[in-house]
Amino acid sequence: MSEHLDSAILSSLQEIMGEEYPVLLDTFLADSEERVRLLREALGQSDAQALRQAAHSFKGSCSNMGAPLLAGLCRLLEEAGRRGQLDGCEAQLEHLERELAIVRIMFRSERQRFVIGRS
Amino acid sequence: MPELKGDKGFITVLLAEDGPADRMLLATLVARLGHRVLTAANGLEAVALFEQERPQLVLMDALMPVMDGFEAARRIKRLAGEELVPIIFLTSLSEGEALVQSIEAGGDDFLSKPYNPLILEAKIKAMNRLRRLQATVLEQRDLIARHNGHLLTEQRVAKAVFDKITHSGCLGAANIRYLQSPYALFNGDLLLAAYKPSGEMHVLLGDFTGHGLPAAIGAMPVADAFYSMTARGYSPSEILCELNAKLKRILPVGMFCCATLLSVDTQRRLLEVWNGGLPAGYLRRVADGHYVELASRHLPLGVLENDAFDTSCDVHPLAVGDRVLLLSDGVLEVSNATGETFGEERLRTLLRECDEPARLFAQIQNALADFHGEAHDDASMLEILVSDEPISALPMQEYGKSWLISSQDWSASFEFRAQTLKSFNPLPFLLQLLMEVRGLRPRSGELYTVLAELYSNALEHGVMGLDSALKQDAAGFSEYYRQRDQRLSELDAGFVRFHLQIVPNGEGGRLLLRVEDSGEGFAVAEELARQQSPTSLGGRGMRLICRLADECTWDEDGRGVSVEFCWNAGA
Repeated sequence: MSEHLDSAILSSLQEIMGEEYPVLLDTFLADSEERVRLLREALGQSDAQALRQAAHSFKGSCSNMGAPLLAGLCRLLEEAGRRGQLDGCEAQLEHLERELAIVRIMFRSERQRFVIGRS
Repeated sequence: MPELKGDKGFITVLLAEDGPADRMLLATLVARLGHRVLTAANGLEAVALFEQERPQLVLMDALMPVMDGFEAARRIKRLAGEELVPIIFLTSLSEGEALVQSIEAGGDDFLSKPYNPLILEAKIKAMNRLRRLQATVLEQRDLIARHNGHLLTEQRVAKAVFDKITHSGCLGAANIRYLQSPYALFNGDLLLAAYKPSGEMHVLLGDFTGHGLPAAIGAMPVADAFYSMTARGYSPSEILCELNAKLKRILPVGMFCCATLLSVDTQRRLLEVWNGGLPAGYLRRVADGHYVELASRHLPLGVLENDAFDTSCDVHPLAVGDRVLLLSDGVLEVSNATGETFGEERLRTLLRECDEPARLFAQIQNALADFHGEAHDDASMLEILVSDEPISALPMQEYGKSWLISSQDWSASFEFRAQTLKSFNPLPFLLQLLMEVRGLRPRSGELYTVLAELYSNALEHGVMGLDSALKQDAAGFSEYYRQRDQRLSELDAGFVRFHLQIVPNGEGGRLLLRVEDSGEGFAVAEELARQQSPTSLGGRGMRLICRLADECTWDEDGRGVSVEFCWNAGA
């Protein structure tokens, strides 16, 4: 598919979820807004521990959803949080938001494809 | 939901995960495996759901808001108690620190993201197997605990019954010391002691093969027969015959009872010993401090048929201050930390080096404890000090009512001939008859002693013509009893007669007892004079008879003797 989404994982998710596949995609997209908000909040307060935890959780979700680049960006933020080195995190978070925007577009078209394919 | 208890491998799984997409994905995965899924978005919700639904397995995200997975895992493990509720942590394997933390919180396994359906299925299966294994172990542990409880109750009941049977014993006598575990019965050890009506003490130390209930079962009939026969005045040989026959009948092949039976006669200063299979006992002579070994010369009880069973006892003279020591295999088999056993050599050395006989028993006890490192309870040991203290209270046999009790005016004669004398001891029979007379009951001990003396005089010196002078020293003693056994087995003629007559006398009465024998008689006057000598050992017990009976007269030719016992009203 692309470097942004792992097609093997997506087809496995589709296999597992069946009819519920689009709901899973919607759930992830809705949750990711909340995750980014948490990351922003942690960074705004310079709370390294909160940044680390939020990044860790989001990383897990991203890897489950077959978004390796997004998961990798989460990992960088998580490690920065662990080290307490928040310099440069702002740029990384912006990078993550751009990547999420791409993934969002791709998931929406994936959703479209699935619904059309079924109908 | 009892049908979800995991009988078919389907269980209820609690899933705690704060990411909604992850939760949804994992819930779908688990449900597709056939399990029921409960979901929680944080640790607190997870604990509440666990309490409410008691799921069998938990999938737990480590980092969650409100309450994290570690704390939730700790609480769930506490709530689960002994039951194994496996917790699989959902975390990335890359974080060593988090892994340690989840193990410490009670986690049983990990599942890393992204989830792999096959690995998830395999882990749930493995954890479920572990869970059922634990449940089985707990079930069996409880079952074993219940069985053990039953067993202990049964042992308590059995011991209570057994204690009632042994209650009539005289192990508490002042001259007896013994060592025995309160539950020795279930080690197969048996220790019994009782007085005969004539005052001899019978002691039986038995050691059944095996342990537990099978070993204890044989003890009941043995104790019962031992006490009732001793109380009726039966001899060691007769008791041994009965015990052997009983055990041969009831014990399965391969089970038997090693035993030593003692008869301690402080009046006639005689020790009779029969040892079948127990370690040698010891007779310590006060005169020179030497030990006589009371070794096993027979097969244990319950092995041979009675016609092949040898009941002959070794006979030793006793002196006041002599000590008799009996011990079970357990004493010699006490082992130390390196598995070495205490053994006969150590015991012999201890006996040899003991310069304070009164402390011998305690010294052996201490040596065993030192050797073993702690108190040992699988060993039985007994010491009897030969004393001339009068026996305080002899057991009274309870007899049923009969016409003889009120009837005080009768006579009876008995003649026992050679074939009967060889195998039958008429004394218990005669004593039981006389005990029907109420006035004679308080004197049962004296009466029995006199009967026993008269009977052995009539049989041994009269019918069989044995020379009482033989019994002047220890060597002669053995010779005397050897000849006695030999002549008795060859006996083919002769008789002993008893004439009993009860004569009422106002409210009281008199027993006239006459004993005659077929022997050649003896010079009564001469013998009486000789027995005045206080050093005379053995002899015909004439002084003893005269002292115990109210009247006694020997026929001049020594072939017959008459004695009389009187009682007053109210006796």
